Amino acid sequence: MSVRMPAPDPRTLASRARIVAAMRDIVPGEGVIDQFDELAPYESDALTAYAQRPLLVVLPENTAQISAILCWCNEHGVRVVPRGAGTSLSGGALPAQDGIVLGLSRLRRILEIDYDNRIAVVQPGVTNLAVSQAVAARGFYYAPDPSSQIACTIGGNVAENSGGVHCLKYGMTSHNVLGLKVVLMSGEVIELGGKAFDAPGYDLLGLAVGSEGLLGVVSEVTLRLLVKPQAAQAVLLGFAEVESAARCVAEVIAHGIIPAGMEMMDRPAIHAAEDFLGVGYPRDVDALLIVEVDGPQQECSHLMTMVTEIAVRNGASTVRVSGSEDERLRFWAGRKAAFPAIGRISPDYYCIDGTIPRRRLPEMLTRMSGMAARHGLRVANVFHAGDGNLHPLILYDANVPGELERAEAFAADILRTCVAMGGVLTGEHGVGVEKRDLMGEMFNDVDLAHQERIKCVFDPAMLLNPGKVFPNLHRCAELGRMHVHQGMLPFPDIPRF
Amino acid sequence: MAQQQCHAPSTAAEVLEAVAEAVAGRRGLEIRGGGSKRPLRIPAEPAALLDMRAIAGITDYDPDELVLTARAATPLLEIEAALGERQQMLAFEPFDHGPLFGALPGRATLGGIIAGNVSGSRRLSSGAARDHILGFTAVSGRGEELKGGGAVVKNVTGFDLPKLMAGSWGTLAVLISITMRVLPRPRAETTLLFRGLSDQAAGRLMSAALALPAAVSAAAHLPSSRATAWCATTGLRLEGFGPSVDARCRELLRALAPMGVGEAVAAEESGAFWRGMRTLDVVPREGHLLWRISVPPALGWRVGELLASSDVPYVYDWAGGLVWAAVPETAPRDGGAQVDDAQADGARAIGARIHAIARSLGGHAMLVRAPAALRASLPSAARAASDGDQGLRRLHQRLKAAFDPHGILNPGLDLACEL
Repeated sequence: MSVRMPAPDPRTLASRARIVAAMRDIVPGEGVIDQFDELAPYESDALTAYAQRPLLVVLPENTAQISAILCWCNEHGVRVVPRGAGTSLSGGALPAQDGIVLGLSRLRRILEIDYDNRIAVVQPGVTNLAVSQAVAARGFYYAPDPSSQIACTIGGNVAENSGGVHCLKYGMTSHNVLGLKVVLMSGEVIELGGKAFDAPGYDLLGLAVGSEGLLGVVSEVTLRLLVKPQAAQAVLLGFAEVESAARCVAEVIAHGIIPAGMEMMDRPAIHAAEDFLGVGYPRDVDALLIVEVDGPQQECSHLMTMVTEIAVRNGASTVRVSGSEDERLRFWAGRKAAFPAIGRISPDYYCIDGTIPRRRLPEMLTRMSGMAARHGLRVANVFHAGDGNLHPLILYDANVPGELERAEAFAADILRTCVAMGGVLTGEHGVGVEKRDLMGEMFNDVDLAHQERIKCVFDPAMLLNPGKVFPNLHRCAELGRMHVHQGMLPFPDIPRF
Repeated sequence: MAQQQCHAPSTAAEVLEAVAEAVAGRRGLEIRGGGSKRPLRIPAEPAALLDMRAIAGITDYDPDELVLTARAATPLLEIEAALGERQQMLAFEPFDHGPLFGALPGRATLGGIIAGNVSGSRRLSSGAARDHILGFTAVSGRGEELKGGGAVVKNVTGFDLPKLMAGSWGTLAVLISITMRVLPRPRAETTLLFRGLSDQAAGRLMSAALALPAAVSAAAHLPSSRATAWCATTGLRLEGFGPSVDARCRELLRALAPMGVGEAVAAEESGAFWRGMRTLDVVPREGHLLWRISVPPALGWRVGELLASSDVPYVYDWAGGLVWAAVPETAPRDGGAQVDDAQADGARAIGARIHAIARSLGGHAMLVRAPAALRASLPSAARAASDGDQGLRRLHQRLKAAFDPHGILNPGLDLACEL
């Protein structure tokens, strides 16, 4: 692990037995895990390159227990790392050596479904897919659909502001959450938003969504439900050149079409998926687009005609419109299996997440080829083409000394290039520990200090999810005093841990 | 009264300088763009004017990327004209407060729209202003220039400061430049009009319509009223590509037939109906206090029921989630501009009632328009300082202090007291 975390507090490490006892008082029964072997499943999330066994794991059952745990930890200066299903790709749930992991998996009840107001109130441990399943019979669904939706939880989605292939049309998590119950590090429980479309005061709801577990622990979520579209249809479009595919995407948007999904794969990704599943992707193209439209059948037919005309005009060599629901799902199967497909041809892979203005895509892929050669590693690309969100998959072998470090350096080069092109470090996976030290590429010290002061408003002792998102851990008292003159911090060379 | 000192910066550097100077001298600044919403939120404490009107102009518009960047005081009219040329729009359909306060339309600016999180009828289906801001640059009350968010439609890097700016009414930072997500403008629209429904029946109709896969983009109900001449009208708007709008229109009329007979009107009439909601031409102005009440949509009709005895004209937008209520002012006894006690007592009583109604339904209320003298006599707080969520209030105060430790920006405008 090459990322520096806050130094563990020796007093906390020494008082482990006392912390375990206090937690057992709050959460009776099986809810406190302190056996070394049983802690292993919690030592990392889906970014497995980073691992750290926590002090202990606590699995509360309700808001009152969460509140009591946080209150005790706050009083005793114990760090807390909240965790949902542990599917984060940015190390958002990486434990602290001297901290407890607060697992929310036992809060998995759907508390209320209100079809008249088109909302569901759920606990944070409910999986993303379970929400859609619970309301499917009435023709509703919950729109954000991160690829891990079978496993990932709503609490984690809120923390990370998760997206998914359909978020170009239906928005990210933040656009689909109306209310939150949040437990602060002090143990206080606050309610943000609710069933109405807005709330008085500052938009703390907007601030809480995507705050990566740094501001509070979510214990209830009010979600917006949507009506399932009557029909969906997808088309596979193959292009000899990435430039033509990119032009096609731009032209679809220019014609006023916001597809339900618009995904691109490059040649290595197409081949890996085709070798794995044989879904019928063309192998002789440099770029494959999957464009999905949804709505009434008349809308699907109308838009499909427009999209295929645009594709042909831009030189598509393959145009295959799904003729059945089976075929539509087959088109997606290859894309959705892209990660395991890459996993089959490489011992390890590293999934990157950055966003660029869409028009820079051909240039980005060219530069990525250069970087791949320079770092001596292969890369395959899947890409949310509609919104410019890149997911390069870097292939490496962790057993070869130095390859992980090379993969990390390659990833950092890609993300720096994203920012340089007018894009951002992360489109949907979050900063976590993974991109923490790159934050300076996008924000200067003044920008970051304004964000860190928000952290101080919610968690002045900085105990909640420590070491995430911000590259320099300033103490809150220091931030209050810190004045910046002409962009220069006083003593910029002093390490700020 | 002494003449208000005025800064009129024309560059970001000059804004920074004005704020830094105010910080150094511990003097308040009232931030003003077009001034269309000023009567809604007048800073309670003395302040120099920071006139932002010269910080204007679209700086980047890339229709293919669905992104537009403009300086804060760019008039909404200019932005909508530029978007219109490329058949695009701000999907949250912001409205113009100016005419509500007797000003000419068109003074609203992008910065003001964001500062007030002002969203119109399409908020029901497309989200609020806060859902469409992608990034910004600003000068905080610390006298420092900062940026938040980015210039691409998908971004989760760091805390979502753009959302925090939306609805902060200039109390945290002075917005300089704003990047918005824009969307294609629907190529066709129609509105289904249903006549003569009671509030409750209209509420049920709107709920039923939104539970169908018809993608209703806006839903409003204008009840019949003694004070105005209109007959009860419920409008459901469908937008998109022609063949899709036609198909959904037929399907929706058929599915809702048991609840009411609807009539589909052509684009021109549809546009006029929703423009009416956008400028609130449909509620009386002269001699009325205007309240905005936000509740869970299915409970909207209850607001009307609870208000009914007051003979207050009101309309519903957002399928019932937003109620605009025009409360008749009692005429001053002496006929002058002074507010007499009876008037103030009357306004206070109905204000307390409206707040209580909104709260009992899980929502909140805000006084939007009132004569200045009367407004000054009303408590700005929605409830007594001892009620409400104290934890939430403390967070608001600490957040304000983090961005504006000396209380320079819009001094006396305290959002915490509205909780």
